[in-house]
Amino acid sequence: MGQEMGQRMSLRTDLRIGEVIEASTTTFVAQSYELHQAPDFGSFVRVSDGAIDVVGIVCYAETCGVDPGRRPIARGKDEADEEDIYRNNPELPELLRTEFTAVVVGFREGSGFFQYLPPRPPRIHGFVFCCAAHEVMEFTRELNFLHALIDANLRVSVDELIAAALRQASATHDLERAFLVSAGKELATLLINDVNRLNGILRRIKP
Amino acid sequence: MMREWEDIPLAQRLGIIVAGSLTEGLEARLDSSASVEDMAVGRYVVVVGQKRKFFGMITDVQLGASSAQITVAPPDVSDPFVAEVIAGTSTFGTLKIMPMLSVGLEDGLPSIQPVKTVPSHFSPVAEATEEDVFDVFGREDGMHFYIGKPLDMETRVCLNLPRLVERSSGVFGKSGTGKTFLTRLLLIGIAQKDAAVNLVFDMHNEYGHAGTWEGGKTVKGLKPLFQSRVAIFTLDPESSRARGAAADAEVEIGYDQVEPQDVAMLQEALDLSSPQVETVYQLGRVFGDNRWLAEFVQIEPGVEMEDLAKRLGLNLGTLQVLRRKIETRLVSLPFLKPEAVDNSVKRILECLDRGTHVVLEFGRQARLDAYILVANILTRRIHERYVVRKEEAQGEKAREPRPLVITIEEAHKFLNPRVADFTIFGTIAREMRKYNVTLLIVDQRPSSIADEIMSQIGTRITCLLDDEKDISAVLSGLPGADKLRNVLAKLDSKQQALILGHAAPMPVVIRTRDYGTQESYKELLNAEGTRLREKAIKDLEELFES
Ligand SMILES: Nc1ncnc2c1ncn2[C@@H]1O[C@H](COP(=O)(O)OP(=O)(O)OP(=O)(O)O)[C@@H](O)[C@H]1O
Ligand SMILES: [Mg+2]
Repeated sequence: MGQEMGQRMSLRTDLRIGEVIEASTTTFVAQSYELHQAPDFGSFVRVSDGAIDVVGIVCYAETCGVDPGRRPIARGKDEADEEDIYRNNPELPELLRTEFTAVVVGFREGSGFFQYLPPRPPRIHGFVFCCAAHEVMEFTRELNFLHALIDANLRVSVDELIAAALRQASATHDLERAFLVSAGKELATLLINDVNRLNGILRRIKP
Repeated sequence: MMREWEDIPLAQRLGIIVAGSLTEGLEARLDSSASVEDMAVGRYVVVVGQKRKFFGMITDVQLGASSAQITVAPPDVSDPFVAEVIAGTSTFGTLKIMPMLSVGLEDGLPSIQPVKTVPSHFSPVAEATEEDVFDVFGREDGMHFYIGKPLDMETRVCLNLPRLVERSSGVFGKSGTGKTFLTRLLLIGIAQKDAAVNLVFDMHNEYGHAGTWEGGKTVKGLKPLFQSRVAIFTLDPESSRARGAAADAEVEIGYDQVEPQDVAMLQEALDLSSPQVETVYQLGRVFGDNRWLAEFVQIEPGVEMEDLAKRLGLNLGTLQVLRRKIETRLVSLPFLKPEAVDNSVKRILECLDRGTHVVLEFGRQARLDAYILVANILTRRIHERYVVRKEEAQGEKAREPRPLVITIEEAHKFLNPRVADFTIFGTIAREMRKYNVTLLIVDQRPSSIADEIMSQIGTRITCLLDDEKDISAVLSGLPGADKLRNVLAKLDSKQQALILGHAAPMPVVIRTRDYGTQESYKELLNAEGTRLREKAIKDLEELFES
């Protein structure tokens, strides 16, 4: 099962999915090339700044009007199905955009992955790629990124994000269960004083 | 230059040291891969410090939790995934370890030292390996006798027998725990390694020809294993003949050998009052210690007795009761003769001198009073001879008598605080090996033995004890031994023992070597250092084939 999933992910390897439009040391925002095609919540993405690849985990995505002042209006009252709306309004994709945010969890320099913040944020217009399965596997051999993530201040629940990221990463490991157990153990030590949080995450990641 | 210890293979690792002190022992946190349920008190572990290896014993196993919250709102451990995550992180096992020895490497060779410090934080803890055990206890050779295996290990723990016999030792444990089996093994070891010559007061006929085994079967005693190197003396030739196990010699005790102090030891067994015992001493002073019994039993109950009472200023009643008790309980012992035809002490000594081990069987005379009387009388005389001979040798080793180990069961009867001061056994225990005589005492009530004697027992081998007082007695006077309390109380009820003291560089719990199977005999005869010839092995095989 892990392999199937790995294959699915590797198909996307060279899929350039978007471009950075806002960047900081800890997060970056990218616009997705395709409307409604943001990478999965909790998936691993990377963006090169020429020297290093910044690695992030997708933690938020939204689709809204290009013009922040104007909201889209409902158009389908007389259409038979949703697709007809887009067919009959070909200008729509130009008026809408999909953006996603990734939280920076490390970077790759040369052949090594590092689980701490990169020296520089990605550049604006940097190409954003989905990480290939083997990259995710390499990166998640160590679980130090959980330390940074656990206390991150995000718009979504950190626990949801961690669970989603671990579920995705586990699929890239041969020993899926063993990976989840060691991740669980890492969390158990991080959440020594918050058993409820720990239990919540464990419930979400258990294989 | 110190060589670094090799890394512990992950499979052997149990955890890491997280706290500890020299006085309180070490605390190790178990790795999540090691289950608390696999741990056992008494198990032998090593802690690999930066410079030294520490050898210790698990003295307690505890459960820990990283926060109190988890114990209040436990996670759903019915889910195997959650259970696996929690084990070793939020909840973990802790081991209490008593460090007992440290081994450093000097020029690549292990050098064993007492523990003077503790290993540093997070030093890994591992199961001891065979090599570790050998480093501490030595390998089987001309001096080291394989006595058993450590808990959960297939390695052999050896005792240094020349060292064992240097001081008195004891085998303790409640009834049926394997004292006799252990003692028999020690006796065999002593004979095999020629560490000393044995004199065994064999109250229940367990050590000579054959011993009892469960299910009505029997195991071999010393005689079939060592043949002519063992002489069996008996107090009850008829019973020996009846068992088809003829003795080599018969023991008779003449009245002249029974001294007042022997009767004093029997106070309890003969149910004598203190004035009665005092009277015996007085008789000794009047007639002589060697004549009093012969004289006293000849005195006519009537006028003669009155005269005696008057002469000694004694109460006639006391005298009469005493006389009756001595007649019915003492003089009636079949081996007690007005004139002993044969000098048993001399013959026993001749055997011991030749290096022939002596087992004295009591046959049907396995009465406590008989046992105490005979053991006391013979030992006193044999000891006297040893003292003379040792002094005559004037320090010349070659002329000294062979080291002698005297084995007694029910040892507290000889060594309780009331009698230990004046019995020969008390003397032997106290003078240590000054005259080349030491004791091997076997007892199920060590707390009844005088403290001062217990403190002289160099090596203590103890099977399960459950009485607090007995446990304290066995552990008394050994530094740090109170931590072993737990270990001792948790031994299996059979064939497990804790060895402490002189002959063991560090305390160790063993599963006593099996005894009673054909393989066990063969192995004992084949063991290195054995002085037996091929012939004995052949004899044995024939015996089994028939
Ligand atoms: N080393 C051993 N090899 C084989 N069996 C053993 C061994 N040790 C103990 N046993 C078993 O345990 C039983 C009891 O052992 P043993 O007779 O030595 O106990 P004990 O402590 O001397 O008992 P008691 O107090 O009644 O004299 C034996 O009959 C035997 O079955
Ligand atoms: Mg016994």
